[in-house]
Amino acid sequence: MVLVGNPNTGKTTLFNRLTGQNARSGNYPGVTVERRSGELRLPAPGAGRAVEIVDVPGAYSLSARSSEEQIALSAVLGLGENPRPDLCIVVLDAGQLARNLYLVMQLIELRVPLVIALNMIDEVVDNPPSAPELSRFLGVPCVPTDARHGAGVDQLERTLATALDSPPLSPLELRYPEALERDLSSVASALPASWQESAARSRALSLWALTSIEADDELVGIDPALREHCLAVREGARARDIDQEVIATRYALIDAELPRLYRRLDAHPPKRKNSERVDRVLLHPVFGFAIFVALMLMMFQALFSWSDPAIRVIEAGTSGAARLIEMYAPPGILRDLVTKGVIGGVGNVVVFLPQILLLFFCIGLLEDSGYMARVAFLMDRVMKALGLHGRAFVPMLSGFACAVPAILATRTMERQRDRLLTMLVVPLMTCSARLPVYTLIIGALFPPTHVFGFVPVQGLLMVAMYLFSTLITLIAAGVLGRTAVKGRRIPLILELPPYRMPSLLGTVRMMLQRAGSFLREAGTVILVLTILLWGLLSFPRPSTPTESAALPVTIHQKVNANGAVPAEPAVAPPTAIEQSFGGRLGKAIEPALRPLGFDWKIGVGLIGAFAAREVFVSTLGLVYGIGDTGDDTAPLREKIRAERRNGVRAYSPLMGLSLMVFFALSCQCMSTLTVVYRETRSLYWPAFMFAYMTSLAYVASFLVYQGGRLLGF
Amino acid sequence: MNLAQTRIGLIVTIEHVAGEGSFRRRLMELGLVPGTQVEVLGVAPLGDPLELLVRGASLSIRKAEAEGITVTVGEAGATARVNPGRAGKPSVAPSSFARTLP
Repeated sequence: MVLVGNPNTGKTTLFNRLTGQNARSGNYPGVTVERRSGELRLPAPGAGRAVEIVDVPGAYSLSARSSEEQIALSAVLGLGENPRPDLCIVVLDAGQLARNLYLVMQLIELRVPLVIALNMIDEVVDNPPSAPELSRFLGVPCVPTDARHGAGVDQLERTLATALDSPPLSPLELRYPEALERDLSSVASALPASWQESAARSRALSLWALTSIEADDELVGIDPALREHCLAVREGARARDIDQEVIATRYALIDAELPRLYRRLDAHPPKRKNSERVDRVLLHPVFGFAIFVALMLMMFQALFSWSDPAIRVIEAGTSGAARLIEMYAPPGILRDLVTKGVIGGVGNVVVFLPQILLLFFCIGLLEDSGYMARVAFLMDRVMKALGLHGRAFVPMLSGFACAVPAILATRTMERQRDRLLTMLVVPLMTCSARLPVYTLIIGALFPPTHVFGFVPVQGLLMVAMYLFSTLITLIAAGVLGRTAVKGRRIPLILELPPYRMPSLLGTVRMMLQRAGSFLREAGTVILVLTILLWGLLSFPRPSTPTESAALPVTIHQKVNANGAVPAEPAVAPPTAIEQSFGGRLGKAIEPALRPLGFDWKIGVGLIGAFAAREVFVSTLGLVYGIGDTGDDTAPLREKIRAERRNGVRAYSPLMGLSLMVFFALSCQCMSTLTVVYRETRSLYWPAFMFAYMTSLAYVASFLVYQGGRLLGF
Repeated sequence: MNLAQTRIGLIVTIEHVAGEGSFRRRLMELGLVPGTQVEVLGVAPLGDPLELLVRGASLSIRKAEAEGITVTVGEAGATARVNPGRAGKPSVAPSSFARTLP
């Protein structure tokens, strides 16, 4: 059975009620749209039968313009690789019947067996539509439900059980103007054989084709003959307005019936009135905006700092577990694999959980209450100028904390193209993982002086990096939106649903479900990549017993062992990391890094940073033989400052700037790439993201370094 | 006048929806059909988009798109499309549709 309906009708809530805990997530064939399905055990008659229920993305109409909009039609009719449903459950918002019934008209015309769930019945107690009347009008069963609180769900299940045995088909028929009817017969003859099932369905599909196929649509799998025929018919019907004829006829039928469905027609739906009052404040040019800014800041603050304690706990847990193993297991490759590879990898994955949970909790509340649509509404003007959708605002804001949850959050965006564009530019924002790198570089290479007497140079640089990355993000969105992620810019149509009390249970459930799917899908890949990276940086093992990556020796330890500070050797003994594949790779790419001002040590650091940006710091620590730097990067800073090449200071402030620019723009995070891979279900987009960001970073870094050199820095 | 020229609180009836293609179709499918009564609920802080009440449900479109929708001020008249938010007499030419019931 498929579950269809307008957006914001509580369809997903009903889906959760019907399927319980066992919902699965997948993909619709051919598109990156999530397909959720679950199982329902039906009550009597035929008790115990299990049916699969598929949640179809919310749609106002079956007519389509793109492959993702085609999903509704394909799912309902079982076209393409979609299984043929036995029944279609249509979820209606009892307070907004008029518009909701348009979809029902289309389903009726297609001769799809229907059961209606008249949902959100609790919100219209004042003037509820009459379910029996609606049932009489449509000719199919109609059950009042309140999915949020569970009312009517039992009755719905019983109705479904009965309906499965004798599928309810509506006897309703619409007739269109004569000329249009002729056009429909004509188009019906051009339908592909697989679509021609019955006269009625062919007619309905002809209607669909005429109102969907255009010269420049983005539909898939359309028979060329059909397309040609439709375009020809449209050409011939230039003088008429086919779209209006079709739509007006359907609404005329709905409008005529409405007085019979409601007891009083003059009453303003109560929830609308209250919502409107709230909107006068929340959408007010001044107060509304102020409240919005305050809420966003709060959310942002929460993401940034409230997840910190949990992250610390996780990090302590992983290092604790690693130490435990180190204590009891014999030293060797296997132990290192477990501690650095497996435990490190698991830690790498789990560390994202606090932010993901927090972000989705916030998003859940925003969506459920209806405020998210207002966010899109308020930010629309600004986002439009950047070629982005208003709904991209929350994901992008959370990109300042971490790109991984932000990319997951783009699921709230409906259009594939908007989602993709947002996903591609979010990693450009300064995420919190870049901060340790900036801190290290700024601390090591820039003097703690002041400019204009009181503005600290170091602080200024930090702020500059934030501004820089934000600017580049916006520019990238503009450019990519016009090139790589092109798509006809659909003008904005937003529905502002009435405000509702968000359901805590529903939000928590959604949050856990998202976190779970992250762990299952991205988590496994990240774990594997971590192990691979560890291998890259650890093998081959050093032939001579130098400091190995497994047992880092700190400077302090050296001092204690000798009782004195050892003299710096003229040439430092090669560290284990140098001899590893990763180290050799760093040396191999050094020529490419020189124009940016980097050397092979930075190169190795960059390779290590692929695991996670902040790993740059610890990898550099290994390169410099300092070992486990922990929170104290002072020794590392000293070493960086002291680095000499041909007697001259190897790392200059300019190089530091160049490095920071590189870090700001490059895609150094395999977790980000993994999540993009999982969300887009293709290798192309993560590869593209890596390529464009790395090129951008290289060019920018090059310009900064060489430009600076030219200017004499 | 067109929809972009209206102000908050105004009730108008749609005369014509200009443009072509899928966007126009989507607007109409959401209820903005000629003859429909629309109430202007609000305008966003930065001027864009417009919030409308159409057939008992809210809809927001950008000013640019609202410019293509011609309206006349006042409630829908004899050829009204009923909106459960407002009283009005439905009277539709029966030749535009026919329904059969058992």
